[in-house]
Amino acid sequence: MKKQVFHDTQADLSFKPSWMFSRLLIYSVLIVWAFACLFPIYWTITTTFKAAPDVMKGNIVPWWDFTPKWLGLKSLGLSPNTIFVENTVREEFLKRFWNSTIIAVASSAIAVALGSCTAYGLSRFSYRFGFMRNSDISFFFLSQLILPPVVLALPFLVLYKELALLDTRIGLIALYTLTVLPIVIWIMRDQFGSIPVELEEAALVDGLSLWRAFVTIILPIALPGIIAAFIISLVLTWNEYFFAALLTSSHAKTLPVMVASQTGSQGIAWWSMAALSFAAILPLVVIGIILERFIIKGMAAGAVK
Amino acid sequence: MSSPEGDYLHIVMPDQISVRRQQLGRLIIWGSACALFLVVILQSLDQVNFFSIGFENWRPTLYAYLLWAFCLCLGQVILYGEQGKRRLFILPAVLFVVSVVIFPLIFALGIAFSSWNLSSPDGRQFNGLDNVYQMWTDPFYWNAMKNMVYYTLVILLEYIVAFGLALLLNAQIRGRKFFRVVFLMPLMLSPVAVSWMIGKSMLEARFGPISRLARELGWDNPSFFGSPEMARAVIMIMDAWTFIPLMMIMILAGLQAIPKEMHEAAEVDGASPWKKFWEITFPLMLPVSITAILIRIIFKLKLADIIINVTSGGPGGATDSVTSFIFREYRDRSNVGYGTFLAIFYLIIIVIAMTVLIKLSDRWMKPRY
Repeated sequence: MKKQVFHDTQADLSFKPSWMFSRLLIYSVLIVWAFACLFPIYWTITTTFKAAPDVMKGNIVPWWDFTPKWLGLKSLGLSPNTIFVENTVREEFLKRFWNSTIIAVASSAIAVALGSCTAYGLSRFSYRFGFMRNSDISFFFLSQLILPPVVLALPFLVLYKELALLDTRIGLIALYTLTVLPIVIWIMRDQFGSIPVELEEAALVDGLSLWRAFVTIILPIALPGIIAAFIISLVLTWNEYFFAALLTSSHAKTLPVMVASQTGSQGIAWWSMAALSFAAILPLVVIGIILERFIIKGMAAGAVK
Repeated sequence: MSSPEGDYLHIVMPDQISVRRQQLGRLIIWGSACALFLVVILQSLDQVNFFSIGFENWRPTLYAYLLWAFCLCLGQVILYGEQGKRRLFILPAVLFVVSVVIFPLIFALGIAFSSWNLSSPDGRQFNGLDNVYQMWTDPFYWNAMKNMVYYTLVILLEYIVAFGLALLLNAQIRGRKFFRVVFLMPLMLSPVAVSWMIGKSMLEARFGPISRLARELGWDNPSFFGSPEMARAVIMIMDAWTFIPLMMIMILAGLQAIPKEMHEAAEVDGASPWKKFWEITFPLMLPVSITAILIRIIFKLKLADIIINVTSGGPGGATDSVTSFIFREYRDRSNVGYGTFLAIFYLIIIVIAMTVLIKLSDRWMKPRY
């Protein structure tokens, strides 16, 4: 029988109150903050199913202190008994939802396409444009992030009026692309920087052209970064309110503008506002849960060098 | 072979570009430029009623510009071959940014020194420095500026909270992925929805759950947007709630990049946890922290959605940010000229402040080991 060399000392085996205490503290803080993050979402979902008396009494737990009713979804025309009936509110809502989807997806896609090409170019070739070198060009793009939207909003209002682009999806897509482009370039530059140039060198020696090597070799490798950039752009463009409020009126109105325009007019009919708010946050909540690691990857890009 | 700006791809491509091809390239670029120029001239003449062609709007100019931009990109490849293909990587983005930022900014400078009420038929009237005087004596604008300073200073508190949460997430805990997803949630929510969810319903004075809780705790008449200080604090908390995850994730990424050996070495040397934090973790995290704070400041300077939707600047402008103030200035009086001037002034202040901050942070970024 082998002799045991390492023994737990008496101190190791004993109950350690300070360690237990620190565990307890860590978990309680984590749980409190998790509660703070989730409660508003929970509150919105449950309020969707509350009638006026439940709202006034402040009931919180469904089936325990109030019976859920289909009020919120009914006001949007999405409850089981109204879903097959013609409903103007639902049509309005679906139109706004569709607008938001198209605008967010299109502008994110354009920004990712433009941004990845630019980031790739800046990470692989040296450019000279007047006095501007690569670092200056990078700075030129990234500095757009500092530009507050309000500076562009009023000139664009006037310009779009002249160009008949006011209240169109194209107009919003162009502006949203601009607002997320610096972020995409920031993330993608980091991504391409981590791919060794030897890959393209090998591809070029094998006879691929520059653009073919980029599309068939480099882009697939950079896919995680592309997804990260796309999702972060999606989050920012889906939630954008300021430009949409100024530049749209009826045709191209997005979901946040619809939510904002309803807040004042509902009185105690909280269920319909809750349903609307919930519909506005639901897509991103789902995306956030499923694709969380890409979002984290994207936000961490550039933070760690 | 690594240059200061990273590894570059060094390739030499055999390119024989014939004279005819060069001529074709030049023809395309200059031809489309001439077309653009012509359309602009025609439209301008039409605009000043020199003669009428019947343009309804400036769309033709836009199309001509797009054509020129496309031809410029195409021409690069025809004229310069391989070199041109390289330029093609950044040229579209450069053209896009120049046309939607630089051009409108120049245009904005023009509007900024005029009085232009979009709802009145007079149109634009140059009024010199009137907007400057008006701004100088506008107490609400300076009040909004002052609020922005407060809002920006709160970032330090947000940073402390975010750092604490990142440390907890980096500790040995179970269910880290669950907590990470949950902590990320507020960032995904639309500020407009948040302003209803929290600002309008949870903080509602009679029925909101938070007001109820406040009453339970002995605050008789909870009103969260009654006094200026309280309203400002509530806006700050709501904004912090949304954006703390952003800083938290960046700091967490930084924490995970710190090599474990550092902590082990410190432990062997007998450092207390507190000392380990102050002498190892914090100094190593300095560059990441500064990046996170700078990015947070950039986002904070755009703060408007929550304010517009929850308090619309009230009570008495106590919660106004510059952006929300200009938004209302336009909504209420539709004065584009004055609003644009305020925005440009704000931009100048931001650019100066950010330049100073970046310069200063460059100095702090060098961690001292």
